[in-house]
Parts: sequence; C-alpha cells; structure tokens
Amino acid sequence: MLLELKNVSYTYNKDTSFAVNALENINLQISEGEFVGVIGHTGSGKSTLIQHFNGLMKPTDGQVLYMGEDIWQEKYDLQALRSGVGLVFQYPENQLFETDVLTDVMFGPKNQKLSPEECRERAVNALRRVGLKDKYFTASPFDLSGGQKRRVAIAGVLAMNPKVLILDEPTAGLDPHGRDEILGQIRKLRDEMGITIILVSHSMEDVAEYADRLIVVNDGKIAFDDTPKAVFAHYKELEAMGLAAPQITYLMHELKERGLDVDINAVTVSEAKKSIEKALAGRKKH
Amino acid sequence: MGIIKAIKLGFDYIKYGEDDKDNEKVRAIDGIDIDVEKGSVIAILGHNGSGKSTLAKHINALLLPSEGTMWVDGMDTKGEEDIWKIRQKAGMVFQNPDNQIVASVVEEDVGFGPENIGVPTKEIWERVDQALERVGMTKHRKKSPNRLSGGQKQRVAIAGVVAMRPDCIVLDESTAMLDPNGRKDVLDTVLDLNRKEGVTVIMITHYMEEVTRADFVYVMDSGKIVMQGTPREIFSQVEKLKSFHLDVPQITELAYELKKDGVDLPDGILTRDELVSALCGERTEE
Ligand SMILES: Nc1ncnc2c1ncn2[C@@H]1O[C@H](COP(=O)(O)OP(=O)(O)OP(=O)(O)O)[C@@H](O)[C@H]1O
Ligand SMILES: Nc1ncnc2c1ncn2[C@@H]1O[C@H](COP(=O)(O)OP(=O)(O)OP(=O)(O)O)[C@@H](O)[C@H]1O
Ligand SMILES: [Mg+2]
Ligand SMILES: [Mg+2]
Repeated sequence: MLLELKNVSYTYNKDTSFAVNALENINLQISEGEFVGVIGHTGSGKSTLIQHFNGLMKPTDGQVLYMGEDIWQEKYDLQALRSGVGLVFQYPENQLFETDVLTDVMFGPKNQKLSPEECRERAVNALRRVGLKDKYFTASPFDLSGGQKRRVAIAGVLAMNPKVLILDEPTAGLDPHGRDEILGQIRKLRDEMGITIILVSHSMEDVAEYADRLIVVNDGKIAFDDTPKAVFAHYKELEAMGLAAPQITYLMHELKERGLDVDINAVTVSEAKKSIEKALAGRKKH
Repeated sequence: MGIIKAIKLGFDYIKYGEDDKDNEKVRAIDGIDIDVEKGSVIAILGHNGSGKSTLAKHINALLLPSEGTMWVDGMDTKGEEDIWKIRQKAGMVFQNPDNQIVASVVEEDVGFGPENIGVPTKEIWERVDQALERVGMTKHRKKSPNRLSGGQKQRVAIAGVVAMRPDCIVLDESTAMLDPNGRKDVLDTVLDLNRKEGVTVIMITHYMEEVTRADFVYVMDSGKIVMQGTPREIFSQVEKLKSFHLDVPQITELAYELKKDGVDLPDGILTRDELVSALCGERTEE
C-alpha cells in the first residue's frame, strides 16, 4: 500500500477550551496510480486530512504509513517523504516569494540538490505543463493575475517530480480553459508517469470528470468512499452535507421522471449525451 | 447615464526599473466602454489575466484610469474629493475570505467600515444589526470570524459591505473558494439584496452556471470587451466563447452537443428545465 491512515484523529488546540475535533478515526488506503477526488463542505476537514499524508500535520491519534512505514517513527526521513509526496496548498499563491517566476519554481529542485541546469530544465518544463506563457517566466510573481499565480504555484510542486501529487483546490479561480488544461495535465501525469493524484475540489463536475475514486468528508469523518457514480447516486444525502451532485445528475433524474428512459447514473456531459441519444432512438422505435 | 459608466477606459500597470527610463508599462485594460443600469445584475467573464479585477478596482477607485473616464453614480472617480463617497457607493467582496476580515468578532468586523467613515456610534450599531440580519448571520454575531466556514466568512464580508449602504456591490470571484452550498448562499444573498433593495450587482466569476443568473454579460479578452449581451445571447456562441478560453454551463454544452448530432433543440438552452421541456415536451403534446 502506498499511503495508509489507520485510526487517525486530529484535534486543533487540544486540551484547551478552543479544541476542535477536525478528524475522527479515519481509515484510508491509497494505492499507486489512483486518481482520488476529495469533496466535503467548507470546514469538513479536507485540508487537515491531506496534510497528514506528507507529514505536515501529526495525528493526535493513530498512524500514517507511507510505503508501509510509519512516518512518525523515530529517525524517519520526513524530508524525503515531502519530496515524494508533493502538496499544492489551498491559496498557494500566498507562498510565492522569489523575485521572478522561474526562480520561484526552481526553489524545490534546488532543495533537492540538483544541478542548476537541471533545476532550470525542470522549472521550464513544469511551467509549460501548467500553460504559463514564456513571456511571464521573468516577471515578478506579484505582478501576475490571480490565475497566473496559481499556475506558478502548481508548477513549483510539479518541478520536484513527486510520486504522489496532492492538490488542495487547485482550480479555484482558474478560467475554464485553464481548469481543463491543468486537470488534463494532472490526468496525464497519472496516465503516463503513474503519479498518484489526490485532488481536493469544490467542483462536483470536475471530480466527476477526472477522479476514479471519490472520498466524501463530512464533519471530520468519511461519509462515502466509492466511484464518483456510486457516490453521486446518494445526491440527496450529499445535499444534506452541504454538497451537491453535478448538474448532469439532476438532469438525468428529471428526464427519467418525465419518462425518457435515460441512465440516471450518468455524471458527465459525454455520458449524458450517449444515454440521451440512445433513449431518444429507443423512443422513436416505439 | 447608468450607475457605473466607463468611456474609453484604459489602465497601465507600471513596472519600475532601476532607472526611471527603464519603467515598463503593462496595459491591463484598454478602451473599455460600459454602461450599467441601476438595479441590474451584471456578470463579467474573461480568462485569467484578461483584466477583470483591474476593471473592478476602477469601480471603487482603488485604481484610477490611465486613460478615459469612469463614473460612479455620476461622479468621476478621478475627482479626489469624491473618493470616499464613491467607495461608499460601490463595495467590493474579494475571493479569499480570510484576507478581508479585520476584526476578531463578527459584529465588529461589520461595523468597521461605517466607523471608518465617521458614522455616529448609534447608527453604526443599527447598520450592523441590519446588515447581519440581511445576510442571515445574526446568530453568529458574537463569534470569532476564524471559527466560521468559508461561506459564512464571505457572508460576513458581504455584511461589511452592506453596512456601508452601497448602491452597488462588486463580487470579484467571491464564491471561488466555497462549497456548493456556500456558493448558492452568497449568490442568493446578493440577488436578494438586488431584488428587495435594488442594489446593483456586478459579479466576476469563472462559474458559468452563476452567469445564467445575470441580466447582462460582458466578456473580456486582453483588456477589451469582446462580447456583450444577455446570458442566452452569450451562451449561444459556444465556439466563440471557447476561443476566448471560456466555456458554457454544462447543460448548455450538453444541449449544444446533442444538437450537433441532429437532435432537434433550440439554441442557447441555459437551464435544466429548458432542456427537460425541449426533450420531453412532445410527450405531453401527443
Ligand atoms: N488552525 C486552526 N485552529 C483551530 N481550528 C481550525 C484550524 N484550522 C482549521 N480548523 C477547524 O478544523 C475544521 C476542519 O478545517 P479544514 O481546514 O480541514 O476544512 P476544509 O474541509 O479544508 O474546509 P475548506 O473547504 O473551507 O477549505 C474546521 O472546523 C476548522 O474551523
Ligand atoms: N500589480 C500588477 N503589476 C503589474 N501587472 C499586473 C498587476 N496586476 C495585474 N497585472 C497584469 O494585468 C493583467 C490583468 O490582470 P487582472 O488581475 O485584471 O486579470 P483578471 O482578469 O482579474 O485575471 P484572473 O481571472 O486571473 O483574476 C494581467 O496580464 C496581469 O499580469
Ligand atoms: Mg481546505
Ligand atoms: Mg482577477
């Protein structure tokens, strides 16, 4: 098993009157090459959860294992863990700090002690992968628009060539093309390089389209852990948790109610299209 | 003249070089003409870096035009003596709720703006009470903002703007960090202000579903307005929008794809209801 959480609980400000139980007894296994989506209402515990995967947060209770090893055992190399498990934070643009974009993205590889040429090459590749135009490479990160900064921040983690890539809402604030481009690139990293992806998102449409497994966090607990289709079939329960299903799910249910024989489990535009066309063809025959 | 009007608006960011001679200009918006009718709901779309935030910052005089003129309720934003009046008329809510909250108690945060402009204490509290009521946050008024969810924090930020009694609220991707419920919450809150109090709403968003709730849409590209019209007019032009790195709502996309395959549907379908009636309507006629 690549990553495993065993009975993990986390309490902020433990033993004070401000204590918040952010995670309660989480058990989770993630295998190599999976594309896992994580959804949950704001404050449900998603960010807290994923920071356990690369040892940025230490569970108040329970164990975190990476390739079978307890990351909190004595003398465990957390530094190595963090270059293997890359984390793109929520609001990552708050962490840009170098004077120009390229230097900023080279920061990670430099820490990995690569040669200057290699660092540069990694940085340039990563920036191209996130679709930032070459003309911005020498710009100050502070002079970029919101979405441009986001791309730089993602490139910074990609440049470290991680084995597991965790992204906390990477597409919030990206334009539709940028969103498709970045998620498409992430999917390619998984398909071509076998990188394991964990994607936290508030977009039900995006996880439906890209993830092959979906974890739903609700009040610090795991409410569902299944394929997106199976999870979105519980759309009424999801709504009670502050979530929703993709627009397509609602549409398919309404069409079915109105007598069109469609597949109510379709969650993406292309699935819906196929199913509707089939149902329409069936209706003509009758 | 509408409440927000711009003629030939242009803005350059200046990058300062070593020497004054090396200063470089970056044209962020260029020749913008807009005229927003009082009481309307406007959406502004555009890819990352197209100039939306730069335009928005002209509406409350955070930026002043390098060229052309911006009027807010008839006041030229370049007239220095009007700047506080203008900021009162047009309030801004930004993307990241954490960067907008200044006080450690919700009600103090909401009262901060009015206090700053010298509103008498008694009236400040009246305004705070009203504003909190308006956004449905009265029961959280004594809480610390950092104990609220993202959607709740955004509602506090909106209350802070409401307490200034603005005629116009500008939302610059204010829902980008929120879960589906939080997004709906924020949108319903401002649309309610629009309906009941005639507040003009200008929303910048990358969520195409939200745009369907606007009366009128401006599309920006490279600092210019390249399309304008009702949501239906705009979303009927799928290919053109895609050429500007934008998209259409999923339902519109699905309808467009079905139509391309020969299913008989009208152009520019925006909502589920419309698509359901278009597909199933004939059954009731039979
Ligand atoms: N530093 C902190 N101190 C105290 N409580 C915290 C802290 N950070 C988070 N919390 C609380 O822990 C819970 C889980 O927060 P977390 O940030 O993991 O949620 P999330 O699912 O990532 O939310 P969002 O979608 O808004 O990012 C929330 O109740 C939150 O208020
Ligand atoms: N402070 C700044 N200094 C120099 N250039 C800037 C600055 N802020 C923005 N720009 C540039 O101005 C252009 C317009 O930026 P703006 O922030 O208005 O875009 P936007 O449409 O709001 O983008 P986004 O969707 O990413 O928020 C971009 O090319 C950006 O790089
Ligand atoms: Mg989070
Ligand atoms: Mg912006």
